[in-house]
Amino acid sequence: MGYLLESIRNGLPLLLEQVLNGLQLGFVYALIALGYTMVYGIIKLINFAHGDIFMVGAFLGVFGFTYWGLPWPAAILVAMAGCAVFGVMIERIAYRPLRAKGAPRIAALITAIGVSLFIEYFSSLKFVFGPNFRVVERPFGDVRWTLGGVGISNIQLLVIAVVLGLLLALQYVVYRTKIGKAMRAVAFDVDAARLMGIDVDKVIAYTFAIGSALAAAAGVLYALAYPQIHPFMGIMPGLKAFTAAVLGGIGNIPGAVLGALIMGQAEVMTAAYISSEFRDAIAFSLLILVLLVRPAGLLGKAGPEKV
Amino acid sequence: MRRGMAAALVLGLGVLAGCGSGSGGSGAGGEKVVRIGLIAPLTGDVKTFGESTKNGFELALEQAGHKAGDFSIEYFIQDDRNDPTEALNIATKLITEQKVHALVGSVSSKVTIPVSNVANEHRVVHITGTATNPAVTVDDKGNRKPFVFRACFIDPFQGQVAAKFALETLGARTAAVLYDKGNDYSVGLAENFRRHFEAGGGQVVAWEAYALADTDFSAILSKVADAKPDLLYLPDYYQKVSLIGKQARAKGITATMMGGDGWDSAELDFATMAGGYFTNHYSPEDTRPEVQKFVADYQAKYGTVPDALAALAYDATNILLEGIRRSNTSDPDQIRQAIQNLKGFSAVSGQISFDENGNPVKSAAILQVQADKTTRFIASVNP
Repeated sequence: MGYLLESIRNGLPLLLEQVLNGLQLGFVYALIALGYTMVYGIIKLINFAHGDIFMVGAFLGVFGFTYWGLPWPAAILVAMAGCAVFGVMIERIAYRPLRAKGAPRIAALITAIGVSLFIEYFSSLKFVFGPNFRVVERPFGDVRWTLGGVGISNIQLLVIAVVLGLLLALQYVVYRTKIGKAMRAVAFDVDAARLMGIDVDKVIAYTFAIGSALAAAAGVLYALAYPQIHPFMGIMPGLKAFTAAVLGGIGNIPGAVLGALIMGQAEVMTAAYISSEFRDAIAFSLLILVLLVRPAGLLGKAGPEKV
Repeated sequence: MRRGMAAALVLGLGVLAGCGSGSGGSGAGGEKVVRIGLIAPLTGDVKTFGESTKNGFELALEQAGHKAGDFSIEYFIQDDRNDPTEALNIATKLITEQKVHALVGSVSSKVTIPVSNVANEHRVVHITGTATNPAVTVDDKGNRKPFVFRACFIDPFQGQVAAKFALETLGARTAAVLYDKGNDYSVGLAENFRRHFEAGGGQVVAWEAYALADTDFSAILSKVADAKPDLLYLPDYYQKVSLIGKQARAKGITATMMGGDGWDSAELDFATMAGGYFTNHYSPEDTRPEVQKFVADYQAKYGTVPDALAALAYDATNILLEGIRRSNTSDPDQIRQAIQNLKGFSAVSGQISFDENGNPVKSAAILQVQADKTTRFIASVNP
C-alpha cells in the first residue's frame, strides 16, 4: 500500500504534465473543429478545405512576425483577417454557385475536396509558399516554470489563454449579437429564416469568415507550439479536428470543444502510457466506439439523418 | 503475366546493351554513348539533399568532360520528391523510355530500395551516394543485388560509431532514442545504436517511435524529460530533428543530442541543435588532397562548401565513370564487374574498395554542430 502511494506520488507530476500536453493539443483542435461544426450546422456541408485554411493562417502568421516585422499578437490578427477574407472568397467562388443552382449536397462535398487539394498544391508552387518545410523562429524565448514537479511552458499558457479568449468571444457573438441570432435561426431552419427576412447568403458568409478566422488563429498557435510549417501541414490536424467535431456531435459548438479536448487527451495519453505508435489508431477507435453508442455524437441531437 | 512482361523487358534491354557494345554505337552516326539517369529529391522535405546530390553529380561529369573511356555521357535528371512511388515511376521510365545504362541516386533509403529493385531486375547498374540501409544492395532473402552499389557506409556502422563515441568520448551512460517507425533509415540507425550502446554497458531509458506526419512530440518528450537521459539520439532528417530538438529544449531537456548523416543540411536549426554531434561520411576540414581539391572546385562552381551529400554523389558518379572507363563498354554487366573489382579507389570520402555486398569499406567522421551555422570536425572512426 505504501509502495503504491509512493509510486502514485512519483507518477502524478508526470501525469499532470501529460494532461497539460493534451490540453495544448486539444485546444488547438478545438479552434479548427469549431469551423467545421459551424459551417455544418448552417449549410450541412463538411468543408474539407478547412484544414488548408488553417495552413494558410499558419503561413500568414509566421510571415507576419518574421518577414513583415509585426509583433506576434498583430500577426495573429492579420492571419485571422486574411483567412476570414479567404474563407468568404472560397464560399463565394466554390460553394454559393452550387447552392444557387440547387446542386445535391454530395456535389458540394466533392467540390470541398477539390478546393482542399487545389489550395495544398497551389500553395506548394515555388512562387506561392513553396513545397519545403520551414523552421519557425519563435518571436519570444522559451520560458518554463516548474510547480510542484509539473513543468509548464509559456507556449502552453499562451495557447490555452488565446483559445479560451476566442471561445468566450465566439460565445458572445453567437448568443449576444444580431448576426449570432441570425446564424442560430438559419441553423434551425433555413427556409423559415429566409421568410423572416434574414439574408441567408450573408449569414453563411459570416459563418465562413468566423470559422476561417478561428482556423487561422489555430494555425498560428500550432506553428508556435510545433515550430515548423509546410503546405500539407493542415491535413492531419484538419482530419483530427473534423473527427473531434463528429465525436462531440457535428453542428454543436460546445460539442466541438468537448470532442477536441477528448481527442487531444486520447492522443497524448496513448503516446505517454501505451506507445506513440498507437496514438492515431486509438484516437480514431474512440470515435468509432462513441458513434456506435451515440450515433449523433456526444452532445449531438438524435434525429432522423437527412443525407 | 507480370513476370513474363518483366522477362521480355529484360531480354529487350539485354539485346539493346549487347548491340551497343557489339556494333560500337547505340545512337545515330555510330557515336558511342552511355546514358546515365540521376534520381534525387529536388523538392519536398529533404530538398537540400537533392540539390547537393545534383551538384555533386554534375561536377563529376563536368570534370570528366562528359566522357569516360571511348564513350561520351548523356544524362537525365529527375525529381522524386523523396516519395518511393514517384521514384519507382521515374526509374521505370528512365530504364524503359530513356534506355539508360546506369542510374545514380536516390538520397534516402526508403526511396532508393524500390529503385534498386527495379534497376537490378532490368540489369541496369545502380549506384547511390547516400542510401545507408543494408536492404539497398541486398534483397529480403539476404541475396546480393549484383547490379547495385553505394558510395556510403551502412546504417549498422553509423549506429555503432555513434554508440561508441557516446560511451567512450562523451561518457554517456543513459540514452533516449526517438525514431521514425516508417523510415528504414531511421529504424536502422536506432536499432544498431541501441544494440551497441547496451553492449557497451549503456542503458536506453526511453525508446520511442513516431510517424512521419507527427508534429506534436510533447507526450513522449515529457516522458524523456522524466527519465533524465545523458544523451538524446535522434536518427532522422534535418527538418524532423530540428522540430524535435526545439520541443525537447522547451521541455527542459538538456541532454546532448546526437544523430546521423541526416543532420547534414544548411537548413538544420543550428541555434537549437548547437553542441550536438552527428556521424557523417566526410568533413570539408579533412586535409587529404582529394578532399581539398573537391572542396575548392565545388566552391568555385557553386559558391558554397559541399556537404556530405554532394561529396557522396560526386564519389558515386566517379565510381561509375571509373567502371565505364575500365571496362570501356556500355554493357551494364561488364561495368558492374569493373566497379566490383575496384581496389582502393581514391575518392573524397576515403579509399574505396567494395565488399561482397557492394558496400564500400572506409572510415566515418564525427562532426559537432556550431551555433554559427557550421560544423566542426571532431574525430575519424575506423570500421
